[in-house]
Amino acid sequence: MNSSSPPPRPLGSGLRALSLATAGAMALALGLVFFYAPLDAEQGFLQKIFYLHVPLAIVALCGFVLAALMAIMHLRSRDPRWDMRSYVAIHMSLIFAVATLITGSIWARGSWGHWWVWSEPTLVSFLIVFLLYATYQPLRFAIEDPERQARYASVFAITAGAFVPMNFIAVRLASAYLHPRVLGSTSNLPPQMAFTFVVSLIGVALLYATLCSCELTAKRTRAQLRAARRMAEARTGAGEAGGAQARRPRSAVPSLPAAGTLAAPAPRGGA
Amino acid sequence: MRRTVGALLRKELLIELRSWQSVPGMSLFAVTTFVVFHFALNRSSVDGDLAAGILWVTLLLAAILGVNRLFVADAEEGGFDGFLLAPVDRGALLLAKALALLTYLVALELVAVPAFALLLLAPSLTSTLPSLTGVLALGDVGVAVIGTLVAALAVRTRARDLLGPLLALPLLVPIVIAGARASSPLLALPAGQPAARWLATLGLYDLLFGLIAYALFDFLLED
Amino acid sequence: MAALAALPALPLHEAGKYVAAAYVVVFALVLIYVAIMAVRLSRIQRELASLLSRERSAASPPPSSAAGESTLP
Repeated sequence: MNSSSPPPRPLGSGLRALSLATAGAMALALGLVFFYAPLDAEQGFLQKIFYLHVPLAIVALCGFVLAALMAIMHLRSRDPRWDMRSYVAIHMSLIFAVATLITGSIWARGSWGHWWVWSEPTLVSFLIVFLLYATYQPLRFAIEDPERQARYASVFAITAGAFVPMNFIAVRLASAYLHPRVLGSTSNLPPQMAFTFVVSLIGVALLYATLCSCELTAKRTRAQLRAARRMAEARTGAGEAGGAQARRPRSAVPSLPAAGTLAAPAPRGGA
Repeated sequence: MRRTVGALLRKELLIELRSWQSVPGMSLFAVTTFVVFHFALNRSSVDGDLAAGILWVTLLLAAILGVNRLFVADAEEGGFDGFLLAPVDRGALLLAKALALLTYLVALELVAVPAFALLLLAPSLTSTLPSLTGVLALGDVGVAVIGTLVAALAVRTRARDLLGPLLALPLLVPIVIAGARASSPLLALPAGQPAARWLATLGLYDLLFGLIAYALFDFLLED
Repeated sequence: MAALAALPALPLHEAGKYVAAAYVVVFALVLIYVAIMAVRLSRIQRELASLLSRERSAASPPPSSAAGESTLP
């Protein structure tokens, strides 16, 4: 029952290299942040949060836009793997967005004494973006047919991806004339700070890639396991083991199609 | 294409005229909301930023009511299937529904804006009415486009009444920002002119999402 | 900018708390994710083990009380 497509890459290949690179980059970034970058004249030590908050924000936003691009690929090719990638990208970007909001809030508390400030356009934009993408999962969950679920989710991902830059422009316009930027911008950075910032950005971006890769690998593995179990049950007559494989419960997680497209590796003897 | 849109639009408006599903409810909701605002804010008259905010929030919430009802009849009575069988461009349905929603919004504003001027607004509208109409029109187009897209997304899901507003509100925030900021000087004492930047934002937003909605609508109608 | 100039830079021991909090929160989030992954991995291993044992008992005719040399880690 092998499909004609080439067998998938062994799961996890490249994941180790990616995680090592991530760990190295983040360790380097941490060292630079605390031992190399100079102290900011106005905000002092508190400014160090900048090296964490802003890369998280940038990576989250790029993640949302990437998810929109993957959704476009899904709609064009109807390959469910693109939908899977889009789903994981949005999921991870949402977590990074929450981290952005938390670190931004901590920074605001340290700077202004308030846990929330409306005068910081990045924070406000992220709040709106978070509220929008938080509806992604409920939307998927409310549609049963997996093909339609993937299609509608892709439409949402594309719409939301286009919304993100417009939202930033609108919010930035709205607050530009109220207060000056409180939490600092990325322009006019002295070279040492700029270098540290770039390394932090690379570290966070690698972290995002690693976590997404991890997530995708886990999902593919489970899909292959399911395929293997289905093949086994088909062979032995499916009545065996009390039908422990119950109907897949309604879920928001995209599912890869059955054994046809994924050649599950045949369990070889004892090796 | 134009004939298809015309035919679909006539059908929508005829149904609305006969059954009065959306517009009376939306208008009544808007007027009631103004009353609620009076008590909630404990103010008898408002102007400037506050007036613009109340007006736009009320219009937005009333529009959500209309959005919720937009595709319900089609979903429940097989209108989608009938349309899909016809050999017409599917974007025509999007255009027709968006134009219908736009019409409902204009009808809503014909009731809500005078009610607002009567109940809560401090400055008189006589001089600024044309500009205000322009701002509202630009905002309405955006609300109609986003509303139709979201309605089509939400109507064939399980929790359509909940998902519709949840999806629509964040997407409509830039319209509220630009619309409220543009109307605020028009509703102030003394009246000013809306900043061009907000009108440009509204126009750009309408155009961008109009194109996106048109490109994506086909994918929602399959099967 | 005048408003910013009036803001005192927080003393180190004060600001240190916030910086530490921010970095710790992100680190904790990553750790939570790793923990969730670990749980998922163990579930996958369990499923795989049960699948393999079923295959083995189906391949060799029952009763197969042969000591299964498990090669699973």
